[in-house]
Amino acid sequence: MKKLSKVLFSLLISSALIAGCSANKSTETKTSEATATTETASGECAVKIGLVTDTGGVDDKSFNQSAWEGVQKFAEENNLKDCVQYLQSNSETDYIPNLTTLAEEGYDLVIAVGYLFQDAIDTVSAQFPNSNFLFIDSVSPSTNVMNAVYSAEQGSYLVGIAAGRKAIENGSKTVGFVGGAEGALIGAFQAGYEQGVLSVCADCKIYVDYADSFSDDAKGQQLAYKQYGAGATVIYQAAGAAGNGVIKEAKERGDVWAIGVDKDQYEDGKVDGDKSIILTSMVKRVDISTYTASTNVLNKKFEPGTTVFDLTNEGVGAEISTGRNLTDEDITVIKEAAEAIKSGKIVVDANPTIKNGSTN
Amino acid sequence: MSLIIEMFPTVLLVATPIIIGGLAGLFSERSGIVNICIEGIMVVGAFTGATVCVFLEKVPSLAPYAGWIACVAAIVAGTIYSILLAVSTITFKADHTIAGTAINLLSTGLTVYLCQIIFNQQRTETFVKGISRIKEVAVLSDIPIIGNMFFKNVYPTTFIALLLVLISYYIIFKTSFGLRLRSCGENPQAAASMGINVYKIRYAAVLCSGAFAGLAGAVMVFTNGIQFTVLSIHGVGFISIAALIFGKWNPFGILGASIFFGFSTALGSYASFIPYLNKLPSEFFAAIPYVLTVVALIVFSGKAIGPKAAGEIYDSGKR
Repeated sequence: MKKLSKVLFSLLISSALIAGCSANKSTETKTSEATATTETASGECAVKIGLVTDTGGVDDKSFNQSAWEGVQKFAEENNLKDCVQYLQSNSETDYIPNLTTLAEEGYDLVIAVGYLFQDAIDTVSAQFPNSNFLFIDSVSPSTNVMNAVYSAEQGSYLVGIAAGRKAIENGSKTVGFVGGAEGALIGAFQAGYEQGVLSVCADCKIYVDYADSFSDDAKGQQLAYKQYGAGATVIYQAAGAAGNGVIKEAKERGDVWAIGVDKDQYEDGKVDGDKSIILTSMVKRVDISTYTASTNVLNKKFEPGTTVFDLTNEGVGAEISTGRNLTDEDITVIKEAAEAIKSGKIVVDANPTIKNGSTN
Repeated sequence: MSLIIEMFPTVLLVATPIIIGGLAGLFSERSGIVNICIEGIMVVGAFTGATVCVFLEKVPSLAPYAGWIACVAAIVAGTIYSILLAVSTITFKADHTIAGTAINLLSTGLTVYLCQIIFNQQRTETFVKGISRIKEVAVLSDIPIIGNMFFKNVYPTTFIALLLVLISYYIIFKTSFGLRLRSCGENPQAAASMGINVYKIRYAAVLCSGAFAGLAGAVMVFTNGIQFTVLSIHGVGFISIAALIFGKWNPFGILGASIFFGFSTALGSYASFIPYLNKLPSEFFAAIPYVLTVVALIVFSGKAIGPKAAGEIYDSGKR
C-alpha cells in the first residue's frame, strides 16, 4: 500500500514536470506566432481587449470595476462585445500567468489594473514585444506599454477646498487625512488635499495619519476616532477598505463629515433615510484611460509612454452634484478652482509636507 | 493619562472580536481539537451577518433590530460551517491542522462566490447601521475614570464579550460538562474508560467553537466596517489563537491578552500624541502582538499549560 502510494506520488510529480516543460515550449512557439494569431483573431474581432484585475475583481466598486466599465463601454460602442475579456487575479502570484495568458492568446491590448502589477508588467511586456499593454497607476520602462498616470493631487485639491470651507462654516477649522500606505501614490492625495484646504482656510489645522494597511478597517476607525476626537470635522480617507472604518466612525458620530475616494461613495455614508455623511468624493476615472487606450488600439493610434489623466481630460475630479451636502457656493468655488488648475493658474504640487502622525 | 482614557473605547473596539474569537478556540482546544480555522469561520459569520443585515434593514419594521438578528444568523452559520471541522477531525480522524487550513481556504472562496450570486459583486452591499455605539451608559458613565474608559462611546458587543468570558469560565471550570470537556482534551482514553463519549463531547465543543467564531465575525464586521469584503477579517482569527495561547487557555487570560493586543494597536494610532513614543516607527506597534506571542510561546515552552491531547487524533485503542 505504501509502495503503491509512493509510485503514484512520483508519477504525479513527474507528470507535473512534463506538463510544466510542455507549457514552456508552447509559450515559445506562440510568441513567435503572435502576429499570426492576431490575424486569425481579427477574422471575427477587429481588436481583442483583455484586462487583468488585481485581487479586488471587476466589481470591487473601485478602480477594477471602473477599468472594466471603460472596456465595456468601448465594446458596446464598437459592437465588439465578444472581443473583450477579463481575468481575475486571486493572489499576487496570478499576475504574471494572467498577463501571459492574454498576451499569448493574441489580445491586441492587455490591461493591468493597479501599481501592484509593476514587476509583472515589466517582465511580461519584455517577453511579448509585439503586444500592447496598458498599465494603470504607475510607469513601466518597456516601450510597448502605455502608462496611465493620474494626477490625484488635482482632484484631492478640489475636495480639500470642500473640506476647508466646511471647517470654516462649522467653526472647527480642523480637518484630517487618513491614508493607506505612505509613499508617492497616496502622498499625492495628501499633498493636493493639504493645498486645497489651506487655499480657502489658511489657518486650518490638518491631522495626517496613515493606517499602514488598505484592509484594516478597525485601524481606520481608530485613527478617525482620534482625529475627530482632536477636533477635526472633516476627514479625507484614501485607504481602500481601511477607509471604511473612517466612514463607520463618521456614521457613529453623525455630526461630522468624511470624504470618499476613487468613486462616488455617497451611498456608503447613508445614515438615516437620505442623509449621508459623505461630504463629497474625489473621483478617479479609470474607465477613461481604458476606454481611450482601447479606442486608440482600434484606430491604430496606440501610443506607448506615459499619459497623464488630470482635470483637463476629466481623468480626476470632485463629485459636485447639487442637492447633496455641498452648498451652491461651495460648488461654484470648486468649479472656479478647477478652471484655474486647467488653465495653469494654480499648480498643485504632488509632494506632501505634513509628516505621518503629525499636523501642520 | 487622559489620552489613555480617551483611546480606551478604541482598545475595546479592537479587542472585542479577539475576545470572542479566543473563546471559540478555547472550547475546541480544551476538548482536544486544535481549531486553526477560527479565521475561516469568522469570515463565514461576517458574510452571513452582513448579508442578513442588508436585507433586514430594507424591512422598516425590522430595521432597528437588524444587526442583532443578523448576529444570531451568524452564530447559526458559524455552527453549521464548523460541522466541517468536526466531521473531518472527529469522525474521519483527519489531521487538525490540514482540515483547518482547508476550511480557511474554502471560506473566502465560498463567501465571495455567494456575494457574487446574491449581490452581483464580490462584496455585500453596505449596511446602514450594523450595530451602533452607545454614547453613554446611564449612571455607569458617571463613575470617574472607569466611566470614561468603559461606558462612553462603547459598542454593546463589548459587554456581550465580557459576559461570554464569565459564562465560558463557568461552563468549562464549574460544570460537569466542562470537566468532561477538559478531560477529553487532556487524556481522551482515560475519559473514555470512565464512560464519557469522547466523540459526543468533542462534537459539542467544536460546534460551540463555531458558534462563538461566527459571532466574532459578525461583531467584527458590524463594529469595524460598513460592509463585508473578503478583507473584513484580515487575520484577526489568527490573532485570537495567539490570544488563546498568550492567555494560557483560560477565559480571563484571553480577556487580558485581547485587551493588551487592542491596547498595542491603539497605542500605535495615538503614538504621535505621546512624547517619546512618537519617535518610534509605526511598524513597531503593529509588531507588538506578534512579538509578544512568540515571547510567550518561548517562555511557556516545555511547561505543559495547554491541553495535553490537543491536536492528537483520538484513537480509542491507544494506551
